[in-house]
Amino acid sequence: MELIKDPWPWYVSGPCIAIIMFLLLYFGKTFGMSSNLRTMCAIGGAGKYSEFFKFDWKSQRWNLIVMIGAIVGGFIAHFFLSNPTNINLSTETITDLNTLGFKNVGNSLLPPELFAWENVLTLKGIAILVIGGFLVGFGTRYAGGCTSGHAITGLSSLQLPSLIAVIGFFIGGLIMIHLIFPILF
Amino acid sequence: MTKFLKFFLVGIFFGIVLVKSEAVSWYRIFEMFKFQSFHMYGIIGTAVITGVLLLQVAKRSHLKTTQGTNLRVPLKDKGFVKYIIGGSIFGLGWALCGACPGPMYILVGTGVFSMLIVIASALFGTFIYGILKRKLPH
Repeated sequence: MELIKDPWPWYVSGPCIAIIMFLLLYFGKTFGMSSNLRTMCAIGGAGKYSEFFKFDWKSQRWNLIVMIGAIVGGFIAHFFLSNPTNINLSTETITDLNTLGFKNVGNSLLPPELFAWENVLTLKGIAILVIGGFLVGFGTRYAGGCTSGHAITGLSSLQLPSLIAVIGFFIGGLIMIHLIFPILF
Repeated sequence: MTKFLKFFLVGIFFGIVLVKSEAVSWYRIFEMFKFQSFHMYGIIGTAVITGVLLLQVAKRSHLKTTQGTNLRVPLKDKGFVKYIIGGSIFGLGWALCGACPGPMYILVGTGVFSMLIVIASALFGTFIYGILKRKLPH
């Protein structure tokens, strides 16, 4: 049990993610979490505004169930399967984040500077979450997939488009962390 | 209902793995883009290597899905512009919020309700993409 409650090493977690992808393929489906955003838009009536949302969303219900399961899994893992431990970040990361003004780095999953309500409800705080979310939603649909669809499924099936997309993920991520963060924080 | 149970269970497993691996952590994503730890590369790398092996075994043994069809991965359309531009836009958001779509949902389960703002914005971003799709280079 203690083995489960400690953080899992990468060489356990990575193969587990591959098994999840494989199980969904075995069930005749495919691993893609950002598709749920499109499905939820369709359920909300976005088909009135764009052909892109006119599809049989009921055929995607299975994926919404995966999503709901993931929320439940997050709850179980966080509240029942975790010892309260700090994230074992590299010392350079902690130093860099301290320099940017982040305190208590790694004491929780997410920095309270960005996700605690008293900071979310400032103009800068809300802008970061709103803009970040928008970029994720817009970018994943533009690229036709996110980490699960391109980085895991696409690379595992040796597809060139997914490699290009993953290179894109890194171009965007590196620009944000190395060029925009020093201005932002 | 029983036909959805297996998807629910896979989802639960997915949520547990991503929390236990710390891949849902904003700090881990920052660290990855700073190249300061092998952790995230280890996760994605072993996931892809295991995935390649599983798919090769499935192909060679002509494994059928539970629906009786051949197990195969849907092919992505050919292209370059949409993947590099769309991917970069996603990457900017991923690094800023520290969460890609899977972790966004999972983090709500861990009690981070401010993530609902990110999800709402992601839905809006998806909606705007749908509106602009025909006008964008692909």
